[in-house]
Amino acid sequence: MTASQVTPGAAAGNVVETKKLSLVFGEGETAVHALSDIDLTIESGEFVSFIGPSGCGKTTLMRVIADLEKPTGGDIMVHGGTPEQARLDRAYGYVFQAPALYPWRTVRRNALLPLELMGMKSELREERVAKYLSLVGLEGFEKKFPWQLSGGMQQRVSIARALGFEPDLLLMDEPFGALDEITRDHLNEQLIHLWQQTKKTVVFVTHSIPEAVFLSTKIVVMSPRPGRILKVINCSSPPDRTLDWRETTDFLEIAHEVREALREGHSYDD
Amino acid sequence: MTDVSLSAPGSNWFTRLKTGRAGPVTVVLMFVVVIWYAGAVYLNAPQVIEQFERAKTPWTMMDLADKSWSMKRPVLPAPHQVAVELNKTVFQKNITSKRSLVFHAWITTSSTLLGFAFGGMLGIALAAGIVLVRTLDRSLMPWIIASQTIPILAIAPMIVVVLGNLGLTGVIPKAIISMYLCFFPVAIGMVKGLRSPDPLQMDLMRTYSATRSQIFWRLRWPSSIPFLFTSLKVAVAISLVGAIVGELPTGAVAGLGARLLAGSYYGQTVQIWSALVVASVLGMVLVFAIGFIEKMTLKAMGTRP
Repeated sequence: MTASQVTPGAAAGNVVETKKLSLVFGEGETAVHALSDIDLTIESGEFVSFIGPSGCGKTTLMRVIADLEKPTGGDIMVHGGTPEQARLDRAYGYVFQAPALYPWRTVRRNALLPLELMGMKSELREERVAKYLSLVGLEGFEKKFPWQLSGGMQQRVSIARALGFEPDLLLMDEPFGALDEITRDHLNEQLIHLWQQTKKTVVFVTHSIPEAVFLSTKIVVMSPRPGRILKVINCSSPPDRTLDWRETTDFLEIAHEVREALREGHSYDD
Repeated sequence: MTDVSLSAPGSNWFTRLKTGRAGPVTVVLMFVVVIWYAGAVYLNAPQVIEQFERAKTPWTMMDLADKSWSMKRPVLPAPHQVAVELNKTVFQKNITSKRSLVFHAWITTSSTLLGFAFGGMLGIALAAGIVLVRTLDRSLMPWIIASQTIPILAIAPMIVVVLGNLGLTGVIPKAIISMYLCFFPVAIGMVKGLRSPDPLQMDLMRTYSATRSQIFWRLRWPSSIPFLFTSLKVAVAISLVGAIVGELPTGAVAGLGARLLAGSYYGQTVQIWSALVVASVLGMVLVFAIGFIEKMTLKAMGTRP
């Protein structure tokens, strides 16, 4: 059984649209319901976070959007077509949990990789790489090899690499999960700035409630066994927010709402 | 060890001897030489004693040792006898002379390197096929492993005879025997190397909808380079073995293998041992050369030192 395509044009302006989307790994008694009845719409320009405990399917959902996994039921549309078509069109940039840099390439050449694969002209791609490396604050590090950089800088290279070919959709799978909190806060601020500058649609997977509330326009709270959406919370954060906004009552109220939703999903049970 | 290196007051030769590899290696070498001299006395003594008794001359232990280290055709020649022979055949002879070991070593080296080049390429090609084509993975691998269970000494004469009938003589049959031996470690190492990219690195390529050849040249190939050099070091050493083995049954008149065979025909043990020493040195030089190229390549690829 494969997912059939939703009639094209049904939802122009929606970047991602799913209906009754499900994914089952394996068969019979050992089957794992990674995703079950996912109904979700992501509009252009939104910053959407998936939050939930381990095994709730947030990464799997992201991988389905990216066509790295095939759903076993329901419908999904990315940019009005199938995820596969979106992948072939290079419609999204994916930032993984780990930087996944190629150790034999310098920072510059790592960022060049997708542009090389796409056959972009040499001058244009050098220009793009220079632009996005400076946007993530890595000017002067072009000739360094990945092992010469800190974890946070490596992840910034991988963000620059994903931005380089200017996709409208940015998929970020716990990009800051392995970093210390200070670095993470700093990168969160940079990411918000970046998002406001580029007006991209961002889908972001995280474990962290403060991170989700700080970054998102929409928070999708998920729960495991089977992986499903518990609640979608809209977030009205001020556009020019800084880290200080996390101490306001607005912020705390939304964080509380997310935590309550997670509790309803038995995320805090043993 | 760490204490020594921490408290070392600079890098004079004595501290370097204590902390480096040179010291232990020298000690082991000295042991080997002592055992070798003792072994020469032990193995050659029966013949020497027989000579003394036939001539009815009285002898002491010193005489025994002295005689057994200077025989013309000893069972085991003493190290200095081999050294004298080496000096004579390596440094004193014109290198184009058939009595020069440099000449024979070059003959063997040329077929070693040719066989190594063939075997390396064959190994890489097989590995690429196995990694890229699913059916080759199932069909080729058992044959590759089975190929190495055949004793090479047994089929070497056959290869030489068959190729001779086809008009191929000289360096080619020997190189083919080398190739037969050395494609194996390269194929095995490269299958592992070409499969070494982690799932995340592969997923990344998929998100760019990269083609198979893009994935191969931009991800699989560079990932496999450390594996390639490890297998090449093994391959070049056994390629030398293959070249020498190839010279034994062919009635070759030149090469280290021919030198070993001639030595054993005429009981020239000193000649055999000199050829063995040259073969070992040659093997070490080849492995070190690959190691050097490896170091340069990995440095150019930005590998963490």
